[in-house]
Amino acid sequence: MTLVAAHDVAIGYGGRPVLEGLSFTVDPGQRLGVLGPNGGGKSTLMRALLGELTPLAGRLELTSRCSVVPQTERSRLDYPVTALDVAVMGSVSRLPWWRRPGRSERRRAHAALAEVGLDELAGRSFGELSGGQRQRVLVARALVQDAGVVLLDEPFTGVDAASAEVLAALIDRLAAEGRGVLVATHDVDQARAFDRVLCLNRRQIAFGPPEVLTRAVLEATYGGAIVAVDEGSGILPAHHCEHEHDHG
Amino acid sequence: MGDAWTWLSEPWGQAFMQHAFIEIGLVGLVGGWLGCWVLLYGVSYSAESLAHGMFPGLVGASLLGLPIVGGAAVGAGAAASGIAGIGERRGIDRDTAVGVVVTSFFGLGALLALVPASPPGIQELLFGDVLAVSRQDLLVTALIALPVLALLWVLHERLLAVGFDRSTARAIGIAPRPVELAVMLLVAAAVVVSVQALGSLLVVAVLVAPAACARLLTHRLGPMLWLSVAVAVAGGVAGLYVSYYWGTAGGASIALCLVGAYLAAMAAEAVLR
Repeated sequence: MTLVAAHDVAIGYGGRPVLEGLSFTVDPGQRLGVLGPNGGGKSTLMRALLGELTPLAGRLELTSRCSVVPQTERSRLDYPVTALDVAVMGSVSRLPWWRRPGRSERRRAHAALAEVGLDELAGRSFGELSGGQRQRVLVARALVQDAGVVLLDEPFTGVDAASAEVLAALIDRLAAEGRGVLVATHDVDQARAFDRVLCLNRRQIAFGPPEVLTRAVLEATYGGAIVAVDEGSGILPAHHCEHEHDHG
Repeated sequence: MGDAWTWLSEPWGQAFMQHAFIEIGLVGLVGGWLGCWVLLYGVSYSAESLAHGMFPGLVGASLLGLPIVGGAAVGAGAAASGIAGIGERRGIDRDTAVGVVVTSFFGLGALLALVPASPPGIQELLFGDVLAVSRQDLLVTALIALPVLALLWVLHERLLAVGFDRSTARAIGIAPRPVELAVMLLVAAAVVVSVQALGSLLVVAVLVAPAACARLLTHRLGPMLWLSVAVAVAGGVAGLYVSYYWGTAGGASIALCLVGAYLAAMAAEAVLR
């Protein structure tokens, strides 16, 4: 059974489309890398999948609940919540408004934190955790939501190498457990390791197995601004290279 | 030792001090607890505006001989609608709308208060009169305070989730707007609850000072809530002592004790850091 199916979907704000021609599917156990420049429509697609935006045209079908792992720099780091508090938030939507999460929801949140390897830090303040640990806490929150589709918005941004490895393994496991996983990313090499890729630049440029990531497709996706790092697989969007360069 | 005990216990032998104690306990519980959310949601200015904007309602109630709490409710409702109404106009930002509405409402209240037909007692409306709280007033306070406390308890995780990250609250199945509206309605109810004790001008002290004090001393929400309530109630009781023994105005003494607690916390934090 397909988890997500888009048929010629257009999405936009105030009647004007900012992303068009979307036709793709996500099956259980599949990891889909979503590539595109800033402003190319990655976040717009995520908002549509979460039900915040209704498609202007076409059909967007979801057979399962969607959960999201947002970029952590958007959350307030001075906010007084613990890792456990954040994980418990995932259970709130399943309860009527007059019921508070109880012992069973707390147990579930602990289990989810254990699954991302952070149960021993459950009582730690969210803002005190490293970028990668915060990202994993948000994955735990998505696990508590028990959604069949998990969206990760640039999960590797600002994350150290060790945490990135843990996160990558976690993404593999989410898929191995039968979920559909969508990962918005800037990293072309990383996207090559996924089962499917979707290239966006205000419209769908390509969808399919990683082999579709040809030089022509990447140029169309990033508006021609790509840099070949070496012969073969090393092709990066130009702004990605600048970014790397800035830091070292 | 005996003297100290007498000094401490003497005020509570009087009925008006017992009433004041219960009143300030309820106000401290509501203000200290809700104040933490006022702080975390950054709505201190809105809270202050509601408290000042309801002034004509208070004066109107006093002119008509109606309960002050009723006037407060009508006044706060009118001020909130005014702010919402002006705020929807293009090119006027929220702070401007709040400023315009609050000053005009407060001016209207002052105008009403200064007409010759007005009964004396405008001070009471501005600064509260916690020592004149009757049994009936206490009942009304409790009837509003208890549902506010119940809602704060029930909505805890939702308040936490929306304040944590508004943009993804919807993605985890929590609509942020109703939660934010609930915060403002709870603030309006808390202002109405506290106006008898602290008046239109000092109400905001109990909503902001204890929570700010607790926030300085802890970075965890649970201890912050308890500490804030404790500071609000303790500051209230300290204010009552000051008022009893030095004959100062009740509301102002309480407000000063609350702000004093905040300043002490600031000093303590600076020393410990």
